[in-house]
Amino acid sequence: MTTTVNTLRSGDAPDFYVRDEVAHEGGSTALGFWIYLMSDCLIFAVLFATYGVLSTSYAAGPTPKELFDLPLVAVNTSMLLLSSITYGFAMLAMERGRTGQTQAWLAITGLFGLAFLGIELTEFAHMIHEGAGPWRSAFLSSFFTLVGTHGLHVTFGTVWLVTLMVQVARRGLIPANRRRLMCLSMFWHFLDVIWIGVFTYVYLMGVLR
Amino acid sequence: MSTHAHSDHHGHGAHGGHGHDQGHGDGHAHGSFGSYMIGFVLSVILTAIPFWLVMNGTLDNGTTTAVVLGLALVQIIVHMVYFLHMNSRSEGGWTMLALIFTLIVVVIMLAGSLWVMYHLNANMMPGMSHDMSRMP
Repeated sequence: MTTTVNTLRSGDAPDFYVRDEVAHEGGSTALGFWIYLMSDCLIFAVLFATYGVLSTSYAAGPTPKELFDLPLVAVNTSMLLLSSITYGFAMLAMERGRTGQTQAWLAITGLFGLAFLGIELTEFAHMIHEGAGPWRSAFLSSFFTLVGTHGLHVTFGTVWLVTLMVQVARRGLIPANRRRLMCLSMFWHFLDVIWIGVFTYVYLMGVLR
Repeated sequence: MSTHAHSDHHGHGAHGGHGHDQGHGDGHAHGSFGSYMIGFVLSVILTAIPFWLVMNGTLDNGTTTAVVLGLALVQIIVHMVYFLHMNSRSEGGWTMLALIFTLIVVVIMLAGSLWVMYHLNANMMPGMSHDMSRMP
């Protein structure tokens, strides 16, 4: 609003550009957010490389074969996969402009996210209880860093999801909220992509080793 | 570089008859119910096979590792296409370019780290591993 007034008063070239940007507000958000996700991808790549280098340094401690409970990991994987598809349904409902349906699918997505976090924390607590905490060996330090960072991302994704549900409840599916939901959808699906790397490289190949 | 891409983008807008032009502001592709379901079913299959292989141990370790890694790669592509709606046209090709650049950096970083550190480890093994196990 202020920009418009400024444009009318002075009307020189720089103000014209400002007004042009306002007209295209949010046009490049998807690209900007995608570039953020790519930088996040680099963080995970570094953690994967660290894990790859340290994953056989057990310091005479427990090995992946003794620690990992594959059926539990399979359940966890399905939780995240189900949350991905329910988020997709939320996006489809959003495109049709159905506020109630969008909210319902978002709530289900959030519950699957919480289930994933619950199972992961149970697994961590169990490992720490057995004395296999991050301090035990380099393998466990890198394991907790990598899987913990992913879990932290899911935690913040869930917080973001609840925030957006409140936003949608108060303001409805306005363009700004649609843009935010689109960003969170990319974030959420991206975390599922990272999890493919985690369950393959950390859990399955850890047990195979 | 940037100027070139921009003129490209506008060129697309002018040739509206190509049938695959996207709005200037809304470069993000959307999925349909069908595409989400295809992605989901493929992901379930591509997750179930590696878990089943590792838990049952039907194949030898080397083959299982190769199959598991291959299926993970396929599943990542499935997620990219059906859930993240990646294609070479969204945002005038810039998302794809960013992805390719990231993948190149990731591959160099991962392969380099693992390669160098594996050799370092292998060369340190004889003396060091004994000393480590005797440490309190």
